Amino acid sequence: MATAHSKSAARIMIAPAVFVLLVWMLIPLLMTLYFSFADYRPLRGTFDAWIGFDNYVRFLTSSSFMSALITTLWMVAGILSITIIGGVLLALLLDQPMYGQGFVRILVIAPFFVMPTVSALVWKNMFFNVDNGLFSYLFKGLGFQPYDFLSQSPLLSIIVIVAWQWLPFATLILLTAVQSLDSEQLEAAEMDGAPALSRFRFIILPHLSRAITVVILIQTIFLLSIFAEIFVTTNGAFGTRTLTYLVYQRVLESQNVGLGSAGGIIAVILANVIAIFLMRIVGKNLDN
Amino acid sequence: MARAITTQKKVMWTALAWAFGLAIFFPILWTFLTSFKTEATAIADPPVWFLFDWTTENYTAVQERSNYPKALMNSIIIAVGSTLLGILIAVPAAWAMAFVPGRRTKDVLLWMLSTKMLPAVGVLYPLVLLAKWLGVMDSRILLVVVLMLINLPIIVWMLYTYFREIPGEILEAARMDGASLSSEILYVLTPMAVPGIASTILLNIILAWNEAFWTILLTTVNAAPLTAFIASFSAPEGLFYAKLSAASMLAIAPILVMGWFSQKQLVRGLTFGAVK
Amino acid sequence: MTLKHALYGATALTLVAGSAFADAHATTITIATVNNGDMIRMQGLTDDFNDKNPDINVEWVTLEENVLRQNVTTDISTGGGAYDVMTIGTYEVPIWGRNGWLVSLNEGMADDWNADDLLPAIAGGLTIDGELYAAPFYGESSMVMYRKDLMEKAGLEMPDAPTWDFIREAAAAMTDRENEINGICARGKAGWGENMAFLTAMSNSFGARWFDEEWKAQFDSEAWATTLNFYLDMMNESGPNGAANNGFNENLTLFQQGKCGMWIDATVAASFVTGDDSTVADQVGFALAPDTGLGKRGNWLWAWSLAIPASSEKQEAAKAFISWATGPAYAELVASNEGWANVPPGTRTSLYENQEYLDAAPFAKMTLDSINSADPTNPTVDPVPYTGVQFVAIPEFAGIASEVGQQFSDALAGNQTAEQALANAQELTTEEMEAAGY
Repeated sequence: MATAHSKSAARIMIAPAVFVLLVWMLIPLLMTLYFSFADYRPLRGTFDAWIGFDNYVRFLTSSSFMSALITTLWMVAGILSITIIGGVLLALLLDQPMYGQGFVRILVIAPFFVMPTVSALVWKNMFFNVDNGLFSYLFKGLGFQPYDFLSQSPLLSIIVIVAWQWLPFATLILLTAVQSLDSEQLEAAEMDGAPALSRFRFIILPHLSRAITVVILIQTIFLLSIFAEIFVTTNGAFGTRTLTYLVYQRVLESQNVGLGSAGGIIAVILANVIAIFLMRIVGKNLDN
Repeated sequence: MARAITTQKKVMWTALAWAFGLAIFFPILWTFLTSFKTEATAIADPPVWFLFDWTTENYTAVQERSNYPKALMNSIIIAVGSTLLGILIAVPAAWAMAFVPGRRTKDVLLWMLSTKMLPAVGVLYPLVLLAKWLGVMDSRILLVVVLMLINLPIIVWMLYTYFREIPGEILEAARMDGASLSSEILYVLTPMAVPGIASTILLNIILAWNEAFWTILLTTVNAAPLTAFIASFSAPEGLFYAKLSAASMLAIAPILVMGWFSQKQLVRGLTFGAVK
Repeated sequence: MTLKHALYGATALTLVAGSAFADAHATTITIATVNNGDMIRMQGLTDDFNDKNPDINVEWVTLEENVLRQNVTTDISTGGGAYDVMTIGTYEVPIWGRNGWLVSLNEGMADDWNADDLLPAIAGGLTIDGELYAAPFYGESSMVMYRKDLMEKAGLEMPDAPTWDFIREAAAAMTDRENEINGICARGKAGWGENMAFLTAMSNSFGARWFDEEWKAQFDSEAWATTLNFYLDMMNESGPNGAANNGFNENLTLFQQGKCGMWIDATVAASFVTGDDSTVADQVGFALAPDTGLGKRGNWLWAWSLAIPASSEKQEAAKAFISWATGPAYAELVASNEGWANVPPGTRTSLYENQEYLDAAPFAKMTLDSINSADPTNPTVDPVPYTGVQFVAIPEFAGIASEVGQQFSDALAGNQTAEQALANAQELTTEEMEAAGY
């Protein structure tokens, strides 16, 4: 159906988006690329435009790099598993007949609207704080020692905060998918005496696979660049330094823009590797 | 045959769902309650729930210290502005990708998404230098453009997946009737796409509202939105839970209310092609 | 439909906002400051400045310390322009001043702004080659704040100049976990301005140093091992649960709630622990920071100061503001509004000669003694190539110390041993210093 006319029109229509993103990609990214080969330390007044791959070598060989990479992967994986498992269960729960479903949905969706800075501050001070946090009161009430979440389980604490923010997103998408499920098929299975677990395993889960992939893709894009939650809670201490945070430390704390830029370029490359990998899977899932 | 639903079952599901819903909502509720306590009550041991002397002194204190209306206005302008600008650019692109897909469409989409993965701080210096060179530091227009660029890939992707669900036959029928390209978009597609566009707009307003890196680093006074407002309350000296809660409520309340009122529209289009 | 209404509303707001900022007769200066209590108070008193300078408008950017630092540093290192007055500390002033980024305050300040009145120890840290590059807004050292009642209950008496051994012993004696009383509260939160300020100052009194005269990192030294082990042992014995997350503010809250027997921290905290928010206000005593008899005490020296970036186009107005905020009259203004105890401490000799202030502030003498006993040009027992008591005045320090701070914080949390933490600190400091070309 696509005529030559509509094809050229299509190109013109895509052009603005491609153009602005290209400009966005090219100018700052090229500048970052340029800095990444420079010895640029503004506080020292140093600017040496070409020092070869020194910054890359230093960033990649420093002891912090691998641990930051691993932390990043653990963090993303942790948040993804909580939001997806929790999201599927919540979506199934919300799909059940109940009173006040709309109200429950309003409650569940709320965390998604909260600024990352605010949610990190609230969780850190009013829940995790070992002296005045609610969890400490709860622990004491149950007769346990208060537990210092942020230093004893720092990664888990941050995962909980971020997962809390993203759970609504996953739940909403999965709920739409659950609702589109053919209920006759389920009923038939129920009549045949299939137990709940195998109904879930063989009918519901396959149906949700597409939605789950979408959730993984979109969330990963956002989760790779988590910043505020770490900045507010641990400042990167206790092994919570992700790749993004490491780049931040190099650029803003050490004021070594060259080194940080090299780290930024490396992070972009790694993110793209993950993106291509994801798109392969998602692409397969989305095409049919 | 409809499934027989016993009242007993329904009550059970209701209780369970409400319990989970309240648990998830609890941090916000607690912040809300704390914002009306005195600083001493806020850290009382054991915690007090509803029975305390409700006071609005924290809100007054927060107002005195900062210009909330201005920050709110900036947040609205930046969030709405960047979203509308993004929609303006993304609708034609997504339309073309969905209805006139070429060999490269998938690659272009992937590439767009990959721009979203730039670690913000990596391009901080370039962007600050550029903004200073152009003389647009601390201006709303800068933030509108930057946030638009950051979220554009998501907008395009979301619209694309939505548009793809619109059956092509309708377009063909319209074309048979001699509709031009522009009227095809205007009269045939747009009405069908309104829910998707509305949902995209809402999601992006939320994302732009909550962006807290660029909005703080590229602003000082004139364009500083609520994210900068909250950064002045995060760790002062002395007891601060109540005031922090009040500032937090002020920062999230507008978007929370908007989100609640428009949640139907938001949810309807929020599928990213997850449902076929 | 709500959505439509929201959009119409937003569009209308955009139009209104666009035309709202047209009035521009007066000079407007933009001031970046940290959200500490004294600065918030200054912000609240802006009206007084406006009365005296009707042609100058003041715009405030008040941010949390870490956010403020990242904003002003980014601004100044990319050529500045965003702010006319910046609140920075004793660490930044010499580095920025040497780069030519700050305006000298030797000339152009108000007549009654008396530079000779500034405390020499504080002014010295803000001066390079005779040029004063920032005016101190409040100055601080660190000292021991303790609970007289708990000390008495433990059967001990706090000397004016305690040793670390006494502090540790007293902390253990005061600790009463049943009643949530921790003998000692000290910084554990990672950060160059948090736990590293405390630990670096503490290490000075144990004879440790950051670098030797060849700029070689010294974390493999005996003195650092003693320092860190002493700190960890003392905190584990008598410190609060979760100490590794406690910075200045967390400890302040604990002390105010009566959960600390002793707290070693900034002298500026004295007015908070004896103020209205404190449940133990009438039981607080003060003592100098501890030592080990090696000739150096574990107290630091810091001044939050106001500086003008060289890029500012409104330097005259900025100087007028700084003259107002750091001048002698400001102390009177705060005193008449909020009482003498709330006057920003630690900057002017005249304040410590003012009987009204001395009467209202029981901590005044100890604050002055602490400030005077800190020596940034000669901070350690063994000679060092750097200046700065709780920091090393080189640009690389903030980055390195943040990472070292994370190592030590991790050790306090029990996630690694002192030996591991020191080994890591040594490795990463050496790595960074080599890269920086030392």
